[in-house]
Amino acid sequence: MVKKTSTEILMIGGSAGSISVLLKIIPNLRKDLSFPVIVVLHRKAHPESNLSDLLKAHSSLPVAEVEDKTLLRNGCIYLAPADYHLLLENKLMAALDSSEKVNYSRPSIDVSFQSAAVLFRQHTTALLLSGANADGMEGLLAIARYGGTVLVQDPLSAEFGYMPQQTLLNLEADAVLKPAEMAPFINRLNKKSNNNIVALLQFISVP
Amino acid sequence: MIEPDIIKDDEMEMLLRDIADLYDYDFTQYTRSSLRRRLNRICMLDKFTSFAELRYRITKDPTYLARFIEEVTVNVTEMFRDPGFYKTLREHILPTLGTHPFIRVWIAGCSTGEEAYSIAILLKEAGFYHKSLIYATDINPGVIEKASRGIFQAGPIKQYSENYMLSGGTRDFSSYYISRYDVVKFDEGLSEKMIFSTHNLVSDSSFNEFQLILCRNVLIYFDKDLQGKVLKLFDDSLQSLGYLALGSKETLRHSVIEPRYKQWPGENMEENKLIIYTAAW
Repeated sequence: MVKKTSTEILMIGGSAGSISVLLKIIPNLRKDLSFPVIVVLHRKAHPESNLSDLLKAHSSLPVAEVEDKTLLRNGCIYLAPADYHLLLENKLMAALDSSEKVNYSRPSIDVSFQSAAVLFRQHTTALLLSGANADGMEGLLAIARYGGTVLVQDPLSAEFGYMPQQTLLNLEADAVLKPAEMAPFINRLNKKSNNNIVALLQFISVP
Repeated sequence: MIEPDIIKDDEMEMLLRDIADLYDYDFTQYTRSSLRRRLNRICMLDKFTSFAELRYRITKDPTYLARFIEEVTVNVTEMFRDPGFYKTLREHILPTLGTHPFIRVWIAGCSTGEEAYSIAILLKEAGFYHKSLIYATDINPGVIEKASRGIFQAGPIKQYSENYMLSGGTRDFSSYYISRYDVVKFDEGLSEKMIFSTHNLVSDSSFNEFQLILCRNVLIYFDKDLQGKVLKLFDDSLQSLGYLALGSKETLRHSVIEPRYKQWPGENMEENKLIIYTAAW
């Protein structure tokens, strides 16, 4: 396996069945995360679905829905708004785009993951959660191509295993995680802690 | 979907400078992350396998420019997008506008015209259409041509009809158009007071004074400096106590014109995410 380098951004993508997983991750994240977390979930186009309030209620980290040209800070959670693609303009700024849907989705997980891959290269870590369609797989492949770290929810633990299952058929994930394992894994990606991801992966594979 | 990754950052900068030097189009202050996707998309659509091919075509073939402009800009739009926004316009903004003897509306970045028709329907239903003029402009001559025909694909009409009802519309939406095969043609009565024209927000100046300017989901493609310049252009084009409506994720905050505007209906109502601003006297 390629030697993994430090994480500068964490991308989390999910579709059907992913909110409950997210609610298991977010409360258990350490408060001093050394990178921003970007969450791209498929959701209804109408903003009444108040996902950011739900996440805020469960998070000790600041949660914000991304607006036009949002500056990114470490240890903050950023949510892609409904009906926009979320792109990374540079390492410090997220941008929005209302162009064509990709995989029938806007926001599209692939679009955000690819945008992160090009910019953060081997410093990207991405986690793909439960889902019933294919959006997310190409994005993870792009991140893997640039040497980033790819994490996939264990399909057996997913409410909708199709997305993680298809993804695992097409790429070799750095780790396949159950919901309860996700926050501890993410916390150990922190710069200040022991950041040897190879050791971390061994830790995870211990039964 | 696999998105090609053909254009490198320095190549993109080179191409943008070429275009600015050769033609009247300056994209150097556009958001790079969106532009990169558009340029890669053009390479895929027009089968350029390298940056050099794309650059050669653009710099050596002026007839290709129209095609390039058409595809590099984002032309995704819909009727009554964000129904809550149109509901607010309908219930709270139009009654005030109606007190003016004459209502001039500017839709900046109108794309294929769906927004112009939505506004026309609101003005019709409020009974102010006869004393209104809707100026609909876009950088892209191709979409202006389409917009002025008033013919739209039938596919999304069901969605538009739902949006219309959510915006507070009470009529039968189908009374506004005639269906023919896979297209619909909107009532010509709706386009009587529309003026379609090309206008480049980067380089063209103010051309009239308006009571309402809509520019939704256009500023997201501009960097902060260009946004400031365009907002100044809107400020110069807006009558005092006029309204400026932006996209739901766009804002005047931290812009040069911010002090002269107040967000409607006020900060405590920000939940609604209706980005409508009123100009001061």
